[in-house]
Amino acid sequence: MKIKINRQETIEEFEVPFKSTTLLKALYHIKNNIDNTLTFSSNCRSGVCGACAVRVNGKEVLACSHTPQDGDLVEPLVYHEIQRDLKVNKQKARKTLKSSTAWLHQPQKATISQEQVALTEKQSDCILCNSCYSSCPVLEVNPNFIGPFALTRAYRYTSDPREGDVKATIDNIQTNGVWDCTLCGNCTEVCPQGIDPKMDITMLRSTSAQFGYSDPNFQAMDFGFGGF
Amino acid sequence: MLDILIVGSGGAGLSSALTAKQQGATVTVVGKHYPTASQTSMAQGGINASLGNVTPDSVQAHIDDTIKSAHELCNKKMVETMCQDAPNTIEWLEELGVPFDRTQNGKVAQRQLGGASSKRACYAQDYTGLKILHTLYDSCLKEGIEMLEEYFLLELIVEDKQVLGAIFLDIVTGEVKEIRAKATILATGGYGALYKNFTTNSEGATGDGLASVLRAGGTLSDMEFVQFHPTALKGSATLISESARGEGGYLVNSKGERFVDELLPRDVVARAIFEQIESGEEVFLDIRHLGEEKLLHLMPQEVHLCRLYEGVDPISELIPIKPVAHYTMGGIDVNENLEVTGLKNCYAVGECSNAKIHGANRLGGNSLLEIISLGREAGKNAVGCVSQRTETTNTKNTQLQKTKEYIDSLFEEYPYQKNFYNLQDELGEKFYKHAGVVKDNTKLNNLLNELRVIKADLDDMGIGDKNRENNTNLVEFLQFQNLLTIGEVVLDASIVRDESRGAHYKSAFPKKDNQHFKAHSLYWVEDGILQNRLQKVES
Ligand SMILES: Cc1cc2nc3c(=O)[nH]c(=O)nc-3n(C[C@H](O)[C@H](O)[C@H](O)COP(=O)(O)OP(=O)(O)OC[C@H]3O[C@@H](n4cnc5c(N)ncnc54)[C@H](O)[C@@H]3O)c2cc1C
Ligand code: SF4
Ligand code: SF4
Ligand code: FES
Repeated sequence: MKIKINRQETIEEFEVPFKSTTLLKALYHIKNNIDNTLTFSSNCRSGVCGACAVRVNGKEVLACSHTPQDGDLVEPLVYHEIQRDLKVNKQKARKTLKSSTAWLHQPQKATISQEQVALTEKQSDCILCNSCYSSCPVLEVNPNFIGPFALTRAYRYTSDPREGDVKATIDNIQTNGVWDCTLCGNCTEVCPQGIDPKMDITMLRSTSAQFGYSDPNFQAMDFGFGGF
Repeated sequence: MLDILIVGSGGAGLSSALTAKQQGATVTVVGKHYPTASQTSMAQGGINASLGNVTPDSVQAHIDDTIKSAHELCNKKMVETMCQDAPNTIEWLEELGVPFDRTQNGKVAQRQLGGASSKRACYAQDYTGLKILHTLYDSCLKEGIEMLEEYFLLELIVEDKQVLGAIFLDIVTGEVKEIRAKATILATGGYGALYKNFTTNSEGATGDGLASVLRAGGTLSDMEFVQFHPTALKGSATLISESARGEGGYLVNSKGERFVDELLPRDVVARAIFEQIESGEEVFLDIRHLGEEKLLHLMPQEVHLCRLYEGVDPISELIPIKPVAHYTMGGIDVNENLEVTGLKNCYAVGECSNAKIHGANRLGGNSLLEIISLGREAGKNAVGCVSQRTETTNTKNTQLQKTKEYIDSLFEEYPYQKNFYNLQDELGEKFYKHAGVVKDNTKLNNLLNELRVIKADLDDMGIGDKNRENNTNLVEFLQFQNLLTIGEVVLDASIVRDESRGAHYKSAFPKKDNQHFKAHSLYWVEDGILQNRLQKVES
């Protein structure tokens, strides 16, 4: 089977002697036997460490969980600085976790039911692979957008009965946050963990409304048409 | 000057960072991956604490189970400290926001793991390690803890046995840098990757921290003890959890015969499977009779893994399996304060260390407990060490220069004639066959000789990729060298221990020999030569 890899200067094609394998194995085959300089990231080989996300034919996948097809084009994530071949710098995207302050601000004691755990069970399955970030069209126009995974994480903590100060997080996701999302659903489609950031963002909008925030886009429109 | 340098950003590293920071110290956590990519993310089953939320339990029962599994090679005081602290540990994780599953009355849910006399393991579905690690990470962001990603530990900086910090390869830029600190904590994980393609461990479990301690004059212990998990997928070595057998799955050979009681302890089942494979049989896990509905409800994860990594559908097909290396009990030798034997101002914690908790065999759920409970302890102890230290005035350092020169030489001098990747694959298989589930002195000795030949050939290997930036080929070559260092100790320690105890089994010596071997095996380097001795366990 042939696999094409976008190495920035060129798109190179490699022949790998497998019929059915994971993309990660194919990449290692190339690195170990054909070209030592091929550069990519991985660690767990089992879909939980989040290191190996790449794009195949334009769609984000985990290399360790993807079964490649003949002719696949493998590329690095977008909206990340490309360091080399398929390896990208995730630091900028990770900073969104800090700006969204996705953590427990004021821990309080609470009795939690299994039903409450189940409510954000999916959200806390996030492996920080950055696939959703790479798929989000808003980042094309606004590089400061907090982005899907950090908002999902903000939702996960604001829904936790142990959080004594929900507003603290909500305050921090208003600018470049919940209202900037176009609800296109790309993130939901690519998440390898079946997480639905789009829905989480919708939920965060209604929590934001409870704290008196509203969609700044609507306000802008009000200004334009106000009085008529 | 920085107070505390923490090398390793898995569960152990992040727990110690949070604790040290809370106590007012300045800390920097360094890891070769992003923190959330650490092996801790892979732990599924749970974390032990005798909460008794589901079935009656007690701290004493937890202690007793742990000691029994350790086969005399534990420090009872350490085990007691950890088991007593377990409920606090869960409480601490709860305060940080770990989303543990719950019982009907809203308590932390607990499940049964092998070797436990009660339902003791707290869990978050099959993602216990992932959720603990990510919650710790979020908490570190909250506390503003400095985390440096993609920094590879090369050497400790040592003067007169004092550790003054460490030297790293900044993987992104390719620069060699030093970070000095008043105290250093090593939390770099285990060495399961020695059994490449025959381990559930991550690619990065290459024992880097252990090898650097050995080079710096510190001591390793009990390196021959490697735990094998009976059921991993044959092709990819992906873990198939114990629940598959717990729910009534059978083990069968190529003839379709069952050959062992599937519910016996891990090491016994692993040996039975290994013997079948040695005799030319293939071994399969058969869960077809449980039926599609039950399988999809009880073990959706397993069904998914079989389809993805092995290309078999366990609902209608047999699952090809093999036992694989799962946990490394041996590690950096530490005292009851978690200080590294032979070095000063240096601590080790987590799977990289041997805190004499697991002894000859680890109990499922005890390693997550160890990394959090003792991780916090290491943080506290390091803060204590810092407060007693004055600024080091000596900044003269030849180590950095030497390390830089070595890395430069890999780019400039070393030819690339032998492919170390192939050798690493071959070694992985040989360690599995000759230093694995069942050991034999002749085979161990042969492998030790082979390994020494490979070591002598290192000058012909080197790296094919001569770019300085983002050079993963370089990182993998350095890891390979660390594995060779560690592998030599594992083999030698296995040869010396002429008995069977816990996870270490020799067919020629199938019994425990307390008279000679109720002892820890210690290894260190003196004048360039590997030294060893057995240290008797008292009582
Ligand atoms: C598949 C699987 C399932 C498991 N299930 C369970 C379970 O259910 N319950 C349980 O208790 N235990 C379980 N374990 C064991 C447990 O997960 C590990 O023992 C534990 O997570 C180790 O944590 P740690 O912090 O010591 O090391 P790790 O999480 O391995 O972290 C090591 C850190 O060190 C860094 N590092 C390593 N080398 C270098 C270097 N050269 N330079 C810089 N940084 C470096 C890495 O980047 C990483 O951040 C399981 C293990 C596996 C593999
Ligand atoms: S739904 Fe929102 S966050 Fe998700 S990809 Fe679309 S714009 Fe981005
Ligand atoms: S939400 Fe999904 S796609 Fe996004 S980082 Fe998390 S696991 Fe990856
Ligand atoms: S290697 Fe860890 S998610 Fe793919």
